[in-house]
Amino acid sequence: MSAPHAVNRVWRFGDAVNTDDILPGKYAPLMVGEDVFHRYAFAHLRPEFAGSVRPGDVLVGGRNWGLGSSREYAPQALKVLGVGAIVARSFARIHYRNLLNLGIPAFTAGDVVDALQDGDRVRLELARGRIVRVSDGGEEEVLVLPPVPEFLREVLREGSVLAFFKRHGRFPGESEAPPEP
Amino acid sequence: MSASATGAAAVTDAGERWPTTLPVEPGIDLSGLTLAERMLSVKAGRRVRAGEVVVVPVDQVMMVDSIAPSALGIVEDELGGVIRHPERVSVVVDHVAPASNVQVASTQQRVRAVARAKGLRLFDVGRGICHQVLMEEGLARPGWVVVGADSHSTTYGAVCAFGTGMGATDIALAMVTGRTWLKVPETVRVRLTGERPPGLSAKDVALEIVRRLTADGATYASIEILGAEAFGPGERMTLANLAVEAGAKVGLVVPDDALRRRYEVPPWLTVDEGASVALEVAVPLAALGPVVSVPFQVDNVHPVADHVGVHVDQVFVGTCTNGRLEDLREVVRVLDGRPVAEGTRLLVIPASSRVLQDALADGTIAALVAAGASIGVPGCGPCMGRHMGVLAPGEVCVSTSNRNFMGRMGSPEARVYLTSPAVAAASAAAGVLAMPETGVNP
Repeated sequence: MSAPHAVNRVWRFGDAVNTDDILPGKYAPLMVGEDVFHRYAFAHLRPEFAGSVRPGDVLVGGRNWGLGSSREYAPQALKVLGVGAIVARSFARIHYRNLLNLGIPAFTAGDVVDALQDGDRVRLELARGRIVRVSDGGEEEVLVLPPVPEFLREVLREGSVLAFFKRHGRFPGESEAPPEP
Repeated sequence: MSASATGAAAVTDAGERWPTTLPVEPGIDLSGLTLAERMLSVKAGRRVRAGEVVVVPVDQVMMVDSIAPSALGIVEDELGGVIRHPERVSVVVDHVAPASNVQVASTQQRVRAVARAKGLRLFDVGRGICHQVLMEEGLARPGWVVVGADSHSTTYGAVCAFGTGMGATDIALAMVTGRTWLKVPETVRVRLTGERPPGLSAKDVALEIVRRLTADGATYASIEILGAEAFGPGERMTLANLAVEAGAKVGLVVPDDALRRRYEVPPWLTVDEGASVALEVAVPLAALGPVVSVPFQVDNVHPVADHVGVHVDQVFVGTCTNGRLEDLREVVRVLDGRPVAEGTRLLVIPASSRVLQDALADGTIAALVAAGASIGVPGCGPCMGRHMGVLAPGEVCVSTSNRNFMGRMGSPEARVYLTSPAVAAASAAAGVLAMPETGVNP
């Protein structure tokens, strides 16, 4: 992952980026192999993406990011590529859940979306809840991210829902494992 | 003919109603709660409201061939390998069925071996599309929580099951724990009003609901569908199927006497019209007619009349949305003896082996083949662009499926128009997008 003060770039997308945009179904791991599917992230929408995205880069989208399929391999591809965070005006349900499960920070923040352009240089400072935009002249602009819900914070602390479950034997937010139904 | 192919799982093979496994008495005050709140309250064992997070037992877990490798891999590699209730897990090989290449074949070979070793229900190549198969097999029942590794798992809402799609991690955890976490959804109530006009298809109604709500208008919500009494069991699957295209977590068709004739329905599983909902939308059926979802967004819905004449290279009739016996029969009815137009291909893929059997028995398949249709192996076909009918650059497909995203069925330069089976048939005969009754004359 990125060093604490690495400068990364912003990849700006529009509204309604769907799971077929993020990873077309014909490039599912089943079709092309577990080891290479991530190379097809945004293959149709932004063919240059998978080859030039750097660990820690920030994806910015409009409304309803991730609508469509339940395919977890779409966000998995972004995780393999090291995407640092996704900021959007809103997220589709299943995809948001998949992002959460994989521990990819996802923020619903229209004002941050408005402030960022494609190619912007930023420092992603998750621990401080902010993105810092760095201009060519070295000036810095702080963009405050909304607070992460407790449920998600528990997940991010462990890295993923799986890691959380393995450590605690329960789901985040669950006080203790309930008795057998 | 079995009732199941038209009706998507009417009754058990013995002709009995599907029994319930849920308590008849909830033991919880459910007054003033929405359908989704009632279902999750009973499952959670306490009264819960929209916005709360609950962890609930799962009645059925469904995986398809494209997700099963990773979900089963997580179970094996990360979670100790023990599946809590193997009898509550179904694996359906439908997304690339039969296998299209050695890579896919090898992956499916592994999935089959694991499914057998762990005692999971395996529905192999040719049995059909996951949602159709689970309904036919009685593996989704009123009030059940069914989680599927496929976004169109909302389909189970046709029998008022809490059916919802999830990714591989959630599915793996559901298999190992027998539970899942859910945020109790807000409710968007859709009330179908007035008489259903003859010829109005469930697909037209479902697309109109998506148009009205938009692709994110019901995000994270439960859509309660009232007034669907005039729609048959398979048609209700079409309605519930497309709920996810408005962003919904579930699409629940309110139980009625027709449902109670096919399933034991717990008495508490009923709509409370006094429950507070986030939004209520009335859809007057008399005002509706044939519509088309124009690429590249499902909520981009317009009257077919506005788009007649668009050249069509391929017509695809099938999928979990519209691949049932009644859909295939509707194609034959609208074709009315006409052949498929020169320069157009008609591909028909029955949603399940039962649909195929019934369509063979009643002459539907013979009529389709006589018209020039190709018949595919029951399964998802080219819906998500992997095999059996993918599109070339510049090609146009009229499809009875549920998504028209860029590149969905193959080339990103192909265009997919979503319609009812009737419009698909009219378009196959005309070679251009056409109206069911009036052809190219809007």
